[in-house]
Amino acid sequence: MHQQKITLITLGVFDRKMLDQVAEAVQLELKTPVITHQEHIDLHTFFDSARKQYDGNMLLKIIESKYATNNSITIGLVSVDLFIPILTYIYGQAYLNGNAGIASLYRLGNERYGLAANDRLLLQRLVKEIIHEIGHCIGLIHCHNDCVMQSSTYVEDIDQKASSFCIKCKALVSE
Amino acid sequence: MTKKISLLVVDDEESVRDSLLNWFIEDGYKVACAESAKKALSMLETENFDIILTDVKMPGMDGLEMLKRIKALKNEAIVIIMTAFATVDTAVQALKDGAFDYVTKPFDPDDLSHLIRNAAKQILLTSENENLKSRLSLELVDDIIGNSEALKKVLQEVQNVAQSNSSVIITGESGTGKELFARAIHANSSRRFFPMVSVHCGALSESLLESELFGHEKGAFTGAVYNRKGRFEMADSGTIFLDEIATVSTKMQIELLRVLESKSFMRVGGNKLIESDFRVICATNRDLKKMVENGTFREDLYYRLNVVNIFIPPLRDRIEDIPLLVDHFLKKYCSAMSRSKMGIESAALKRLQEFDFPGNVRELENMIERAIVVGNGKEIKVKDLPLAKEVPVSHIESLDELEKKHILMILNKYTWNISRAAKALEVDRVTLYNKIKKFDLTPSGKDR
Repeated sequence: MHQQKITLITLGVFDRKMLDQVAEAVQLELKTPVITHQEHIDLHTFFDSARKQYDGNMLLKIIESKYATNNSITIGLVSVDLFIPILTYIYGQAYLNGNAGIASLYRLGNERYGLAANDRLLLQRLVKEIIHEIGHCIGLIHCHNDCVMQSSTYVEDIDQKASSFCIKCKALVSE
Repeated sequence: MTKKISLLVVDDEESVRDSLLNWFIEDGYKVACAESAKKALSMLETENFDIILTDVKMPGMDGLEMLKRIKALKNEAIVIIMTAFATVDTAVQALKDGAFDYVTKPFDPDDLSHLIRNAAKQILLTSENENLKSRLSLELVDDIIGNSEALKKVLQEVQNVAQSNSSVIITGESGTGKELFARAIHANSSRRFFPMVSVHCGALSESLLESELFGHEKGAFTGAVYNRKGRFEMADSGTIFLDEIATVSTKMQIELLRVLESKSFMRVGGNKLIESDFRVICATNRDLKKMVENGTFREDLYYRLNVVNIFIPPLRDRIEDIPLLVDHFLKKYCSAMSRSKMGIESAALKRLQEFDFPGNVRELENMIERAIVVGNGKEIKVKDLPLAKEVPVSHIESLDELEKKHILMILNKYTWNISRAAKALEVDRVTLYNKIKKFDLTPSGKDR
């Protein structure tokens, strides 16, 4: 990886314990130092009353301009529902070959789909989404192999895809 | 390697453009954006996009008007209409005007992926179809069958001329396969992966030929409801084959000469000069040189076309190819009719080699196809061939000879009973006696 480290920054209300667990899992998977930071900001300014969701584009711009640095990849973590103007919802997004991304916990929990809460599964899903967005920052596009870079439109897609990069994507990362 | 699909996103809202740009880039597409229909149309003039996604409501020209203009420029373009204010009327209008799909913003992420995947599949199918067509033209060369010196000489000429860009006139009798040789030239040239467009000049009136060759703009004449590309435009980077060039009118000869010299033209009713890089191959079964001398074919056009002349020999001049051709057509038609491969008896093959074949290979092909249909399913016999009933030219009998034979046959039938024979022949006895005397007939059945 070109960047020396990964920063996970929570925006708004976010469980500290979960942040630590996620950071540990990402560091283990990518073998890259992960630092964490909590930013207790008011997300109200990103709320779109017509959509009743939070603007993912605006949040991503803030992360890039305010928190990201040149030698690190910064992923913002939120627990609110994200949208972009063209799509009904997103789990996350990132700048391709950039240094910033965002991922949301909102649609990853089982209870949103009428199932019993499962903290372990929630953690796995969030870790996969974070690694997926980091992959975009490194320059990876969606992959059709059994790979964390597979595009996911439903939580089931996230569950089914691998938690790490496939051989092809690994090779691209190491180039 | 699979071609990367290119997309053009047209929307006046920057946030929508950015969102789609990021989404599609992450999916591995090549993406560009335009903030207005005007900008998009100007981009389309210089760059080719596989899929165009456009908003409906935009300042200036709206998405539906842009759709019409894009379709007029490039009918095969895939345009997807996006709108935040969906109405049945606009959806119907968009689809009538040729939109690939009509979607309401915001989309479900899965819908967007499906939509683009379907559009990409259509592009892939279109591209595969084009590739198969070009492979088909290569396979057509396999239809040139024979091992005769005459054919070998022609194939060598085809090989030599294929590598150049020179105009070629292919001459030969009807049915010798002039178009097949034109395809062979194209298939062996550097232009083989581009289209070979054929125009049968003899089958079209002057005005139709003009519109067919140069294309036309919408409204150029009654019935011109769409813009249409001409054959010269379609043959860009490839070859245009003008069959029966001798039938082209004097006015069209002038037009053709101008296009061949400048490689540019205007569509009928159009005012934009279109350039096309094509190679021209013509064919005729007439003597163009004689037509030039008679003043019915322009000399300048003749010399422009006749850079290389390839003469296809008639089948009667390469009878040694007949067994191979027969075998080829037997295989071809038995397979097409789902029959097991038939043979041909040596007497039938001999008769074929003795036949004149005024219709050349085409006539032989039709004969074999017919013989398979009427034959016994194992072997083609003389009786299955239409030529079996024909009498060779040198053996045609005169009317007197036929009359003599017939009278003798009737006389023998009635054991030289003159009254009964005259009655059967419906002549009086005196007439019959006069005929016996004229032809010197005797009861032995032989004339003296």
